[in-house]
Amino acid sequence: MGGKESDVVLLDEKGIRCDGRTVNQTRKVTIKAGVLKNADGSAYIEFGDNKIIAGVFGPRDVHPKHLANTDTGIIRCRYHMSPFSVTERKHPAPSRREIEIGKVLKEALKPALILDKFPRTVVDVFLEVLQADGGSRCAALAAASVALADAGIPMRDMVSACAAGKVADTIILDVNNEEDQAGQADMPVGYMPNLEKVTLFQLDGVLTPDEYKKCLETAIIGCKQVYEIQKKAIKDKFFGDGENQ
Amino acid sequence: MVNNKRKYVIPGDVITTGPYRPEQNVILVDNKIIATTVGVSEIYDDSVKVIPLTGMYIPKNNDLVIGKITSHSSLSWEVDINSCYPGMLPASDIFGRNFQPSTDELNSKLKKGDLIAARIANFDRSRDPLITIADRELGKIDSGTLIQISPSKVPRLIGKQGSMIQLIEMATNATITIGQNGRVVVSCDNPDALLKALKAIRMIDERAHMANLTDRVKEMLESKSG
Repeated sequence: MGGKESDVVLLDEKGIRCDGRTVNQTRKVTIKAGVLKNADGSAYIEFGDNKIIAGVFGPRDVHPKHLANTDTGIIRCRYHMSPFSVTERKHPAPSRREIEIGKVLKEALKPALILDKFPRTVVDVFLEVLQADGGSRCAALAAASVALADAGIPMRDMVSACAAGKVADTIILDVNNEEDQAGQADMPVGYMPNLEKVTLFQLDGVLTPDEYKKCLETAIIGCKQVYEIQKKAIKDKFFGDGENQ
Repeated sequence: MVNNKRKYVIPGDVITTGPYRPEQNVILVDNKIIATTVGVSEIYDDSVKVIPLTGMYIPKNNDLVIGKITSHSSLSWEVDINSCYPGMLPASDIFGRNFQPSTDELNSKLKKGDLIAARIANFDRSRDPLITIADRELGKIDSGTLIQISPSKVPRLIGKQGSMIQLIEMATNATITIGQNGRVVVSCDNPDALLKALKAIRMIDERAHMANLTDRVKEMLESKSG
């Protein structure tokens, strides 16, 4: 993605992006925890135009049995896009991209989870994209983390996520779909805000070492903003009408 | 810093720093004590713990649980104890020492779907929990209403030295069996009192994180009876 020519003005001279945001502004994020009755934990996220539901089951028995680990619990993650999530119908079968994102998100959540208390079990994370805009893996990761906390699975820290990128030679926060398609770089980052550790890091595009540093710092600032919203979602569900504090 | 201040926490929150012993649901990461689950943190003189508000039941030795028979082999029953592991109830527990797999029919004593009050006899991380019903208050449950609450709220339902549950039992004249796995059996002759007891239990399940819950429950129990 070397920055394709397009008729969209990604960044005007006043520093306003194609959807009206400034360079350091994320899209509107709302998260609600505990939206599904049948799952052990769940969350719904709207990250700009992304709409994603996360459901968590477990810890529970592993099927098929050979996947079970006698030393520790395991985590499985399924990322799936609904046929109606994009403008052209998406075939519902898992594509190469979805399998890859599932794997990447699994590995981004794993360091946060304390699964060695539950040997021979599995934690299943299901992520259903109802509507996709750019940066759905970050949105999915943020939702998954809230759903895991809702399910009461022990975690070292929450995982928040946000992307940063480069359009028109400028580092921007939270890449949307247009910017992803026509921009010069896209860097999704998953971050544990209290432990200050990065759990997901991908980069699509070309950056100079200085840009790279700035891009990562920008993404982490975005992650911290998302973290505040995740925190609020959990507090709203569990301590909604509490009095002390 | 000796204060027993309760605080709402979510995973990753730093509860305190300093030489404290991490207890339930907290971890120690370079001198910081971090909560691992959503709950209420409590700081004692030398230790810190978090009382969880969500999560699955993890078997512990000697816990009273209410289980449902799901199947049996020739030697044991498999019991759903609302946990990530199934409970194992050996046939010799019921048939005694001279249990003969060839002649004794397990189905004649406990069938699939039967409810039992049982105790966790032995559980470690390498095997499924072994349960027993060999005690006076244990065994098959024949009557009563089963309700399911979140296992993390069981301590709240029991209250300090059983204060909460005694309150409900006194007010409604019901007999309540609480399994640590979140299953509760209520039996009561008076249908109105039964409904009231169920309502009180549900109320505790929903508002477990609130302070002075006992007073609220008391108020609720008394308001209708008056």
